[in-house]
Order: sequence, then structure tokens, then C-alpha cells
Amino acid sequence: MIFIKDVVKQYHTRHGEVTVLDHINLTINNGEKVGILGRNGSGKSTMIRLISGAEQPTSGSIERSMSVSWPLAFGGAFQGTLTGLDNLRFICRIYGVEFESRIDYVQEFSELGPYLKEPVKTYSSGMRARLAFAISMAVEFDCFLIDEIIAVGDSRFHEKCQYELFEKRKDRAMIIVSHQPHFIRTHCDKAAVLVGGKLYSFNIVDSAMDFYHKHSVIV
Amino acid sequence: MTDQMQPMLHETSLFRSFRIQMRVIGALLMREVLTRYGRHNIGFLWLFIEPMLFTLGVTALWTFSNAHHGSNIPIVAFAVTGYSSVLLWRNMPGRAIGAVEPNLSLMYHRNVKIIDVFAARLLLEAAGATTSFFVLSIVWISIGWMQPPQDILKVLFGWFMLAWFGASLALLLGCLSERSEVVDKIWHPAAYLLFPLSGAAFMVDFLPPAAQKVILILPMVHGVELLREGYFGSFVHAHYDISYMASVCFGLTALALAQERYISKRVTPE
Repeated sequence: MIFIKDVVKQYHTRHGEVTVLDHINLTINNGEKVGILGRNGSGKSTMIRLISGAEQPTSGSIERSMSVSWPLAFGGAFQGTLTGLDNLRFICRIYGVEFESRIDYVQEFSELGPYLKEPVKTYSSGMRARLAFAISMAVEFDCFLIDEIIAVGDSRFHEKCQYELFEKRKDRAMIIVSHQPHFIRTHCDKAAVLVGGKLYSFNIVDSAMDFYHKHSVIV
Repeated sequence: MTDQMQPMLHETSLFRSFRIQMRVIGALLMREVLTRYGRHNIGFLWLFIEPMLFTLGVTALWTFSNAHHGSNIPIVAFAVTGYSSVLLWRNMPGRAIGAVEPNLSLMYHRNVKIIDVFAARLLLEAAGATTSFFVLSIVWISIGWMQPPQDILKVLFGWFMLAWFGASLALLLGCLSERSEVVDKIWHPAAYLLFPLSGAAFMVDFLPPAAQKVILILPMVHGVELLREGYFGSFVHAHYDISYMASVCFGLTALALAQERYISKRVTPE
């Protein structure tokens, strides 16, 4: 489970303190899929970073009693001068996962073939995204963080990702952040909406949708 | 909610945290070695070949210019002990300043902390300088250009103190550089100016008493003096106060860790 308790996140800016998240509460149960809706700049990504542990809250606490992934298909941590294989090795070391047994899976899933032994900086953005997704799947977690729709590669590869995540790992918890309601309606059990730094939780996704639509018109 | 009261299942014990941290630092070390030196030509051997080349060059320069103020200390050993010390305490801050920025995206992996990024870089830098010093010493001693050290424990102690000074200074400056770019700008001239004052190219005993007092304010001078006493024994008259140097290092370490805490709380990836 993940308990988000009374979390506040403020940032220093040139025009003073800005409160991005204002006393937020949310509980994510094992195997639960939670959607987080919000407009651009509403603090969705900040929330994902806090849950992933990349950032610390200004006040409040986040407790995790299950393993939580890094934001899915996130390729930003790749070192361009290293090969795809080296990057996989690095991730495996960090998470204490045996490396050798993951190579075949990543090679096959990413469809990178011999390019896996080339520096990542020589990859196209599609290749990078494929590698990032494959590496994300090489380490198992109880809860996956998904920031925006994973539109990786062509439609066939996209389907493969969807299957890998939503079929093969449908027992896991997921936190899905999106401004595209359709995606959340398809995959989530409950949803929450971020408006003006406050988080409004709904046990029925459609209620969250209604609320979201009402507020994206007004705001 | 009833489950609100449930205790945390994955409460991390100190031992488990320690193991994770070692694993992460190890992974960062390997990554650092690969990104810095790659797999081309001699690869990670550059780690200590580079400082060795520096030391060799300086040794040659000092030998030909007879740069130790006419004293009769063997010049090769004088240069090796002196310049190796400089590399040890000076290179660590150089690598630590601006170390966070290029590694920010790694913070998405929860187990990777700012302190690990610093630790990996500092360990690597210290390992390079240490290997260079030891390899050069062993080579020179075995071909007879240098005498073996008189008191190896004193040498190691001096080396350790210099490493501690370098590491604590590096961590402090590395953290401060996240808060202000001025640190990076000031460090370059400071490092350059500190080199001739650091005790690498002279013994405190060569100086007039008034100057000795002033120069001994600099903590690294004490470390170099101790190291040289270990190397040359009673052949030199060393001036040092290790409790003074230790207090400075201790203060620097405390300040550095406080700064590290401050920036870790505020780090924003991407």
C-alpha cells in the first residue's frame, strides 16, 4: 500500500513560494489502479515524482509498503555515452536484480538486436523509448507509476506494451497520470482530480470524469 | 480507512539500508568509470595514469629547476610526496562541484541519493590519486630513485588526513555549488592559488617563523608535513598539528553533511 498523508509541496520561484500540492491525501491499495486527472501544470508530474521518491515533500509524509517503480518508460536517466546494455546493467545493479537473465528479455522486447551494444546517443527517439520500456519491465514492482500514455514506437509495439503492462501485470497496483480521460476510464478502478493544488478523490471513475470536465471548463 | 493504521511492512533496517547504499554506490562507480574512460584504449587505467603523468611532469620540472630552495632533501621523493598530495585534496572538489546537475535524472530511482553521487565520484578520485602515488613510489623505490619511507604508518596517516580534508571540502563545495554558481567560479582561482601555499613545493621549516605561523593556518599543510616526516624521518623537521587539522576536517564534514541534507530535501529532478 501507499499512504500519502497531508502532503504539501512548495517551490521557490522568482515571484515567491508557490504551493503546487496543498495538503493532499490518497491511499493506494495493493493491485489498485488509480487515475490522476488534471490539466497541464496542475501538479500531476510533481505528484508522481513525490510518490516515486525522486523528490521530498515540503511537509507531510508518503509511506510505501510495496515496491514502487520509477515513472514508467522514463528514459531520462540513460547515459548517452553508455550502451543500452550498460544502462540495463546499471539499473539492475541499483535494484539488486540479477543482470544476465534479463538481457535476452530486453533484447527481444525492445527489438533493438545488435544495437543494444551501441551507445544510447546513437539511438533514434523511438529506439530509446523502446529500450526505456523494456528496461522498465525488466525489474518487477508491486506498483507501477505511469506518467502520461505510453505511446511507444509504432502501433504494433504500442500494443505489445499495453499487453505487457495491463494484461501480464494486471495484478499490480498502478498510478496513472493523464490529461486524457479515455485512458483512465479504460484502466482505472478509481480516480482523483487535481485542481488548484487540491486532490479530489472519487471511488467511481465516471464521477471523477464529471468533476474534471466541470472544472476544466471553469478554470 | 481501517488500513490507515497498518504498520509499514517494508520498514528498512539500518543494515538493509547500508547494503542498498553500497550497491548503489558500486553501480554509480561502474557507471562513472565507463562514462569517463570508456572501453577504448587503456580504459579505466586512465584513472591513475593521468595523475601519474601530472606527477611525473612536475617531478621532472622540479628536478631540473632544483625547486626546493636549495635544501638537500632528495628531489624526486620531495616532488612525488608533494604533488601527489595536491592531486589528492584538489581533484576531489573539482569533481564534486557540479556533480549533482548531470545526475539529477537518476533521482527517479529512489535508492539513488545525492550523497551516493558524491560518494562515487570522491571514491573514484581518491582511488586514482592513491594508486598513482603508490605505483610511482613503488616504481621509484624499486629502481633506486627514491628511498623507501622511514615510517610507512605516518605516511598512510598523512595520506588519510589529506583525503579526509579533500573529501569534506569537496562535499561542502559540491553542495554549495548547487545553491550558487559562484562556488564554481571561485574554486578555480582558489585551487590555483592554494597550490603554491599548500606545502607541496616547500617544507614549513624553510620559511621564516612569522610566515610559518601564517602558512600553518592552511589545514592541508599539516597533512603534507606529516606525510613528509613519515617519508624522510628525522631528515626533515616537520611542523604540524594533526589535532588542528582534524578539527578543521571535522568542522568541514559537519557543515558539508548539513548542506547535503539541505539540498537533498530540495532537489528537483529533470
